[in-house]
Amino acid sequence: MSGFVSPPCIPIAEADAAGFFASGLEYDAPVRGKWNIVHMGMLVPECHQIYLCAQGCLRGVALTAAEMNALDRLSWIAITEDDIIDGSLESDIHEGVRDILLEMPEKPRAVLIFVSCMHLFSGVDFGAMVELLRADFPEIGFIDCYMAPTMRKSLPPVVWLNMQMYGLLRACPQNPHAVSLIGCDRATDPASELHKVLRSGGITLHDITLCKTYDEFQQIAESGLFLSYLPAGFRAAEETAKRLGAKHLHLPASFDAEEIAENYRRLCDALGIVCPDLSAERSAAESALRTARAEIGEMAVAIDYSAVTQPFSLAKCLCEAGFRVKYIIADAAGEDADAFRWLSENRSDILLYSPTNINMLHMADAPHEPVLAIGQKAAYYFSTAHFVNTVSNGGHYGYEGIRAMAEQMLFAYRTEQDTRRLVSQKGFGCESCLAG
Amino acid sequence: MRQRSMILPCYAADTAGVCSALYELGGMCAVHDASGINSTYATHDEPRWYDSRSMIYITALTETDAILGDDEKMVDDVCRAAADQHPAFIALCGSPMPMMIGTDYDAAAEEIERRTGIPAMAMHTNSMGSYLAGESEALLKLTKRFVQPAEKRQNTVNLIGATPLDLELRETVPDIRGWLESAGFRAGACMAMGDTLTHIAETAAAASVSLVLSYGGLAAAAYLYETYGIPYVTGVPVGARFPDVLAAALRRAAETGEPQFPSAVRTAGDTVVIGESVTAGSVAAECGGRMLCPLDTVPALVGTGDSTVFRESEIRAVLADMQPQRVIADPLYRYVIPAGAEHIEIPHFAFSGRCFQHRMRSLICKPL
Repeated sequence: MSGFVSPPCIPIAEADAAGFFASGLEYDAPVRGKWNIVHMGMLVPECHQIYLCAQGCLRGVALTAAEMNALDRLSWIAITEDDIIDGSLESDIHEGVRDILLEMPEKPRAVLIFVSCMHLFSGVDFGAMVELLRADFPEIGFIDCYMAPTMRKSLPPVVWLNMQMYGLLRACPQNPHAVSLIGCDRATDPASELHKVLRSGGITLHDITLCKTYDEFQQIAESGLFLSYLPAGFRAAEETAKRLGAKHLHLPASFDAEEIAENYRRLCDALGIVCPDLSAERSAAESALRTARAEIGEMAVAIDYSAVTQPFSLAKCLCEAGFRVKYIIADAAGEDADAFRWLSENRSDILLYSPTNINMLHMADAPHEPVLAIGQKAAYYFSTAHFVNTVSNGGHYGYEGIRAMAEQMLFAYRTEQDTRRLVSQKGFGCESCLAG
Repeated sequence: MRQRSMILPCYAADTAGVCSALYELGGMCAVHDASGINSTYATHDEPRWYDSRSMIYITALTETDAILGDDEKMVDDVCRAAADQHPAFIALCGSPMPMMIGTDYDAAAEEIERRTGIPAMAMHTNSMGSYLAGESEALLKLTKRFVQPAEKRQNTVNLIGATPLDLELRETVPDIRGWLESAGFRAGACMAMGDTLTHIAETAAAASVSLVLSYGGLAAAAYLYETYGIPYVTGVPVGARFPDVLAAALRRAAETGEPQFPSAVRTAGDTVVIGESVTAGSVAAECGGRMLCPLDTVPALVGTGDSTVFRESEIRAVLADMQPQRVIADPLYRYVIPAGAEHIEIPHFAFSGRCFQHRMRSLICKPL
């Protein structure tokens, strides 16, 4: 693009795993599939969300709910300069939430109260206000939640909310044959061998994404083992397990067949069950990759960090299967740092692009070779209609996750999709008034 | 506690007003915030975001920056971005956290301008005001900073206060230009849809009248009136009858040199129109009835019998008291429409964002 510098990209071999690009002003690409705290909070059945923050922040949460056709599950209180100056920031939490609840004809089973960066920096005693509300409404479960993106480097909002949401669970007698999956934004595909493993041991799986009622949600508390596989759920699972006297196991959503096998071995050890034979599932994944590679051929593949939590692990898997992975959009390597190092050594020509650098502004307008994209940001930046429309693994896990990815890539290769319409919808998989 | 809502969403905030007003003018807007304010703007307040590019960025404020009050990082990052992208101007906008830590935007803008040589303007937003406050400050500062004295051109009308937050994006401004021509006028500068900074700077002071299309344009129009003697008229030519009223007001303003407020003239009727005061006032003037404005406005834009409450509970109470037969309002006001009243839905982007964008149409010279 004449007049503008090229988008920032560096060969993977030159990148530092801890952070690929210098910080600076950031651009927000028009890609909206990632879940935010409103989407996550709506997973608690029969709950109501109440936000206390500035109008600019309220606007985003209220319209997230509106686009989900769920405005009736969210209320808000606007914070003004006067509230900060006159010291009512703290008391407004109690009085404002109380007044909203008193006006509701039917009381929710639980209320998620969100305060903002301003409350945290003002030293508001949020806990004391929540205690007052618990005294006012003993039949309602209250939990303190935080919409504080200023704190995102230490505690990203979705990670924090995951930790708080499960704080609603009340301790109950433990069931050694029950396991809960924590931190997922959608149910894990029933075809995943994770279910097969648990079924083989007679284990019941609880998952918030499957709960229709608040009572069902409370059954999560009976679990003897709390599982997480997405990074956003790690701390929630760890802390919930600790609070309820259960075990926690994190089984990262890897695309490495050996790591997947190791995950299942650890799971079965923790449950004291025999791991079933998963060789058919592993073979099916390998077969799906071969089939996809045979048809997709040498087409360039771009992967972005929003599609899967381990983009470098996926890239390594695809490279080993013969795909021409050429571009990765990410800021840093996380759980898949080993795969990142492997790629640095073995696929040193892969280019890393920043998801947010301001010089990505015109990236979508630049001429591109035909690209098969994995993820919404990759689809947008590389301006392609051939893309895997998925966010945060899309509920796929394990060998089944590899097989599903290969099948989705094949679908993307064969099918032109309406990129603009698909990537514009907030909260991938959520109800959306924009979907029609 | 200023405002509490059971179910209604809120209007776009001041930062969105700044960015929307300046979007098409080739400048860079740096929103001093962690992330949420700009993503809300880009997602819900800016229908141009996918199709056209504008240098609107966040500073990605962190906990450490906030605690240390590290304004130098923000200044340095803006200067580096400007060196890359060569904007025509730079606007700094705020959000709640910088307000909490007392960020001095005026000093920062001065320093950025000194380092880059690019005109830099401080916008004193904190995301606690409405989009109209931000739009108003942005257009006023733009006018003060860039508009140059020019030779007068008869029958030329500036359009001031045009953003997609209030006006349907594609057809409305072209339709207004067409209406002006059919009424014997020429369109001058448009602040700020479908125009350029250079054209605005060179022609805005040449106009014979300014047409104020929203409250957000009022301060800039008043400045042009005070500085260049250009009178202004408030109103949007909606409906079948009001465009003639508005054209007559433009001619009267040009002849007398005095501002005119036809959007605030009321006639008896059983309709209540909810919305921004110039557009809603124009619709009320067209239909007969009253306006309920839950946004920033001034007495000159408010007619007899109108109401200016903004809390959800007050809106419910005022509507109950007014007992309208019809309420013309955004679809998301459905939750507060009194029983028995007909709700005529006209989507307002500054309120419901993308939810009903597919139903938005130009209302210019068309029966409502």
